[in-house]
Amino acid sequence: MEKRKFDVAIIGAGGAGMRAALQLSTAGCNVAVLTKVFPTRSHTVAAQGGITAALGNVTEDDWLWHMYDTVKGSDYLGDQDAIEYMCRMGPQVVYEMEHFGLPFSRLQNGKIYQRPFGGQSRNFGGDQATRTCAAADRTGHAVLHTLYQKNIQAKTHFFVEYMAIDLVRDGEGRVLGVIALDMEKGEPLLVEARATLLATGGAGRIFHASTNAFINTGDGLGMASRSGIPLEDMEFWQFHPTGVAGAGILISEGVRGEGGYLVNSAGERFMERYAPHAKDLAGRDVVARAIAIEIHEGRGCGKNRDHVLLKLDHIGREVILDKLPGIREIAMKFAHVDPLDSPIPVVPTAHYMMGGIPTHYRGQVVVPAKTGPEEAVQGLYAIGECACVSVHGANRLGGNSLLDLLVFGRAAADHIVEYLKENPTSPPVPKGGLDLALSRLARWERPDGEERVADIYRDMQKIMQSHCGVFRRAEVLEEGLQKLLEVRQRLDRAAISDHSRVFNTARIEALELDNLMEVAFATIRSAIERTESRGAHARDDHPERDDENWLKHTLAYSDGTIDYKPVRLKPLSVPSFPPKTRTY
Amino acid sequence: MSAIRWRARRGMLELDILLSGFLDRHEHALDDDQIEALERLLTYPDAELWDIIAGRREVEEGEKRLVELIGTN
Repeated sequence: MEKRKFDVAIIGAGGAGMRAALQLSTAGCNVAVLTKVFPTRSHTVAAQGGITAALGNVTEDDWLWHMYDTVKGSDYLGDQDAIEYMCRMGPQVVYEMEHFGLPFSRLQNGKIYQRPFGGQSRNFGGDQATRTCAAADRTGHAVLHTLYQKNIQAKTHFFVEYMAIDLVRDGEGRVLGVIALDMEKGEPLLVEARATLLATGGAGRIFHASTNAFINTGDGLGMASRSGIPLEDMEFWQFHPTGVAGAGILISEGVRGEGGYLVNSAGERFMERYAPHAKDLAGRDVVARAIAIEIHEGRGCGKNRDHVLLKLDHIGREVILDKLPGIREIAMKFAHVDPLDSPIPVVPTAHYMMGGIPTHYRGQVVVPAKTGPEEAVQGLYAIGECACVSVHGANRLGGNSLLDLLVFGRAAADHIVEYLKENPTSPPVPKGGLDLALSRLARWERPDGEERVADIYRDMQKIMQSHCGVFRRAEVLEEGLQKLLEVRQRLDRAAISDHSRVFNTARIEALELDNLMEVAFATIRSAIERTESRGAHARDDHPERDDENWLKHTLAYSDGTIDYKPVRLKPLSVPSFPPKTRTY
Repeated sequence: MSAIRWRARRGMLELDILLSGFLDRHEHALDDDQIEALERLLTYPDAELWDIIAGRREVEEGEKRLVELIGTN
């Protein structure tokens, strides 16, 4: 097998991976970045909103107010040391991006443009704050392009169109690098590195309705999980109430803001029952849950009764053409309806994964050991959506995800520089250290099987959508777990028909499905155990938050074991924000 | 063609859906010029490719028909 050796191997070239790579290359490290797709085509491109940081360019602001909002938004499940670090570092990482050349939009006075987002307040829950720094509606795109250019300058080594397969660990648990699949040649490559950084993004493809791009298959989570590392807080997934049914493209709140409303199969404007005052403009979680209940109770539309309708023809041609041209375009392209005369079929759609690979606030992966609940895994780091640091807790605020990847991309890189100084030599790869990856690759060489990967993929997504989506009850979840176990058995009997080597997409999808399965099981098992409602995890049979029993992080292992660890309520330098009822 | 299949995987879900649907329908009917034009289109950044498909950005004459087919989901 071909071998390469670097100081650091980074898996994933989205905003997080490239921010870390830049910091490391600039510090003189020899850095390899492995990525399934060309770096500027990573899913970070889909982040339109902006980067939240307390610059105070529009309204007076303070990072401590941002911290308060984030702790409260997390429904008190976020770790307050990490949240303090992120909010305190916010302005610095934004100014750094400005110096790297990110083309921020500007205010009249020339300062970086900021816009108000939901959940942002001044003075600990007071008036609306204006805190999110934006480059028009393309901030994610601008972040990727800026970081890619700087990395080329800094001589970061990119391995483009390489899919990481599994981690390589030694007998002491140290991570020594990864095995990746060179898609163009169809051959494995061993990348040895003293530090490996996972930055593989989310895994929203476990759900049938998802806003995530096809590449978001939780590869880093699968790799970590298979190597014995638990996944943290996987029951917490943020859903947007209105994605186009069958496609996942978002229809923004703007439509309901202009007077559009939701109807069920009886033509009833059902939000009047769930939120008599705010109706269709109630909070995202309220609307998403109402839609899920309507569908669950048999009042969904269409031949499968699996969606509701967003009606807007009554607001008039002129309003639609003038104010909502983008929405009309999406409806016509992805729902095949013209909203001028037909309603748009919509469903609650998975958007962001709050959980992930457990790390401390400097990016090092931490797991329970004999000595404590958070012992570092030597040589392994994780950042961005694939990591659970945990700054989003049970619910993420808009604009905090781009901030998360810049702050912790940088912080993890700084920690790695120290780690490399303390660990100047690389331990040898032990005999058998490559077995996990090689057996997984060999498994898909099998010539025949009675099951098809695409069928299993779709069935897994449908089970997760209907049994572990927005509407959650014990019996619904338990039934989902049983169905998922059956689907996984079918995976053992599956094969792919295409065994060509060059860019074999069927093989890549089979390998991605292995990763999604790890994520799906961790999600549903964690959701079954957590008998309370907190943030994005809403249990119909346990509607209240229960701090006495559940102010703790879930850790789900690949073998089905569930463990817990305490929430870090103590910040680094300021007093703690104790849990309070969360109202807006 | 297998490389094109993979490179149709993008950062934006909108493009994933349009490009994979397009390939499912037309993969076997494309001539050499169209394949070349498609390869060129796939090198655009996602945001620009989306603008092209939505008709907000001009393309060369030889790419127009292809763009239209991709956009007709």
